[in-house]
Amino acid sequence: MKKANPALFSTRRIAPPWAKMIMAAFLLFAGGHAANDALAGPAGKDAAGKGLAIAIEADRRDHGFKDYAADMTMTLRSSNGSESHRRLSIKVLEGRDDGDKSLIVFSRPRDISGTALLTFAHKKGNDDQWIYLPALKRVKRISSTNRSGAFVGSEFAYEDLIRPEVERYTYLWLRDEAVDGQPAHAVERTPAYQNSGYRRQIVWYDQAEFRVLRIEFFDRNNALLKRFTASDYQKYLGKYWRPALMIMINLQNDKSTNLSWKNYEFKNGYNNAYFNKNRIKNLR
Amino acid sequence: MLLFKVGYFLCVARNGFNWRCVGRSLRATCGVVLVRAPGVVLGCLYLSLMAPAAIAAEWELAGFAAAELRLFPNSTIDAAQNSETVSPAFTLQPELHVQSDSGSDRFVAIPFLKADQDDSRRSHGDLRELYWRRQGDAWALLVGLNRVFWGVAEARHVIDIINQTDQVESPFAEDKLGQGMLNLQYFAAVGTFDAYLLTGFRDRTFPDDDARLRGLLPIDADNPVFEASSRRRHVDWALRWSTAIADWDIGLSHFRGTGREPRLPTSLRADGTAQFVPHYDIIDQTGLDLQFTHDAWIWKLEGFSRRGQGRRFIALAGGFEYTLFNLAGQGYDLGLLAEYLYDDRDAVAPPTRFDDDIFFGFRLALNDAAGTEIKGGAILDRHSHAASFSIEAGWRLAERWRLNIEGLAFHRIPARDLLYGLRRDDYLQLQLSRFF
Repeated sequence: MKKANPALFSTRRIAPPWAKMIMAAFLLFAGGHAANDALAGPAGKDAAGKGLAIAIEADRRDHGFKDYAADMTMTLRSSNGSESHRRLSIKVLEGRDDGDKSLIVFSRPRDISGTALLTFAHKKGNDDQWIYLPALKRVKRISSTNRSGAFVGSEFAYEDLIRPEVERYTYLWLRDEAVDGQPAHAVERTPAYQNSGYRRQIVWYDQAEFRVLRIEFFDRNNALLKRFTASDYQKYLGKYWRPALMIMINLQNDKSTNLSWKNYEFKNGYNNAYFNKNRIKNLR
Repeated sequence: MLLFKVGYFLCVARNGFNWRCVGRSLRATCGVVLVRAPGVVLGCLYLSLMAPAAIAAEWELAGFAAAELRLFPNSTIDAAQNSETVSPAFTLQPELHVQSDSGSDRFVAIPFLKADQDDSRRSHGDLRELYWRRQGDAWALLVGLNRVFWGVAEARHVIDIINQTDQVESPFAEDKLGQGMLNLQYFAAVGTFDAYLLTGFRDRTFPDDDARLRGLLPIDADNPVFEASSRRRHVDWALRWSTAIADWDIGLSHFRGTGREPRLPTSLRADGTAQFVPHYDIIDQTGLDLQFTHDAWIWKLEGFSRRGQGRRFIALAGGFEYTLFNLAGQGYDLGLLAEYLYDDRDAVAPPTRFDDDIFFGFRLALNDAAGTEIKGGAILDRHSHAASFSIEAGWRLAERWRLNIEGLAFHRIPARDLLYGLRRDDYLQLQLSRFF
């Protein structure tokens, strides 16, 4: 492996998390219209049922986008305030029967420019993932089993970004309260999958559109670990809400990571052939 | 108008590049390749004359410059070799990427320049890439110089054969010279098919007579012998099919043409001393590569059967990589690797050290903001008991700066082992790169 190019040691974990980011962007933070009715039951009577209903509704509202592309800038801030940046572009093809396909191409930092990550998400089992390392001109299939580790120095873990399939958690509605002035449902969810780094999470969905406004993550010792906020939501195709800014603050080590999204484009006409491991060498 | 600019830039890049090549080492092969690779010329022509006006939508100038220090702690095996313990070098590799509005056409130029204080042959230039590529719905066509990698193994790139090894760049055979080609790619439901016409053979680069990592004897790299009467003009071809099915990645390939690996018979120089002379043979090589990826396990196998250098022989590399994720809750990933390397070629064929060897290695990624990665490995010969150790580490010092460290050490190399000539060339290399 070689020289000036750093991508040499295939960064097997740069990849998975960012791939998932897409899914996260979508499924977590989606919205639409139409659903408070289903949830109108008396608060507190069936907290588990209500929590699940809210999660299902949030998930339902993001179906049917088909595909999209976006650019993202990631800012990593250390506890002493120093910053580093990553920049990447993302393309996503919505899965019909199975999970989504996504393609991420990094452009910053420069030493990994051109590094590409192709992910086939699966509803069951591990995802398929290939990384392209431009320095070696090499496409490698990599393992995608990891979930809980922080990646590339950011405060996002793989599981924070993974597609939040409804079935991955059990739910408990806690209360309704305002988040920054917006009426919201506070729902506690507990990971039902293996290898999670969290005991539980609390998610705030806004009552109007079921967009995720905030998530608090509790570590395995049940201590508050991180707080996620999503803001500057915009609606695309009259239906799909996307936040322009995501912030993850680690409350235990004072580090934070911002994700700034722009240039969302929907309905680009992508198909399965586009998401091919033999095509990712020429994307930079 | 932009078209003219593209053409103009190309010419400047090419001429400037040739001029520099000539500057330090006339032997720089880039000029030869330019002349001999009609594909490149075609590609340039296409760009400057025929491409639709949509070209040049997106330009990106990138690349890096790097300062390098190699430290050789041991004296040389041959008094005629430079005995410097510190050897500086400089690398420049700019990259130009141009993409049409629609994304269907791409033009890429990646010249490469190396200046080494102590090895005049390591001071060399190359066009790593200079190609035009058009992507259709189910196909793609690439014309020009490019690098293509095949394979899955880590310790030895067994089936990788499209490009010649740039041996002076590094002894690990990771660096490749740009190869002139016409590559047609077809994307089918059953996988991807690639057909290659390979023009303009590239001689393997070798260290100078008085340089480190040269081996037992000097190599007469200027006077290679070719089996093909057309010598470097022999047109090689290759086919490849590759696909991914569930947890499997599968590839099948065939190459026919002048093999990239030379035999190295000895001859006598005018002064009566011995030297190696590269002999390049016409070979047929059929390759297979397989990878099975499941949970934290990756199982790999690649191998070929080759005809044309003595009796038909096979070579294999197979093994696994197991990753321990999020080590100690720190976000570190540690990959553990082991591979077995086998090669049953006879003495007529080009010599290889990988006849019956075991490789153990690790790969540690810290997943930190600096992108810190460390990789190490040992290759042990089961017969000669020769061992070699390598280490590579790299991290970002700042947004545009990266430091890489590379080390190679030999241990207990017996006289009958191929590495005998390198046994005192242990080195540690520091490379500081600035990306732009």
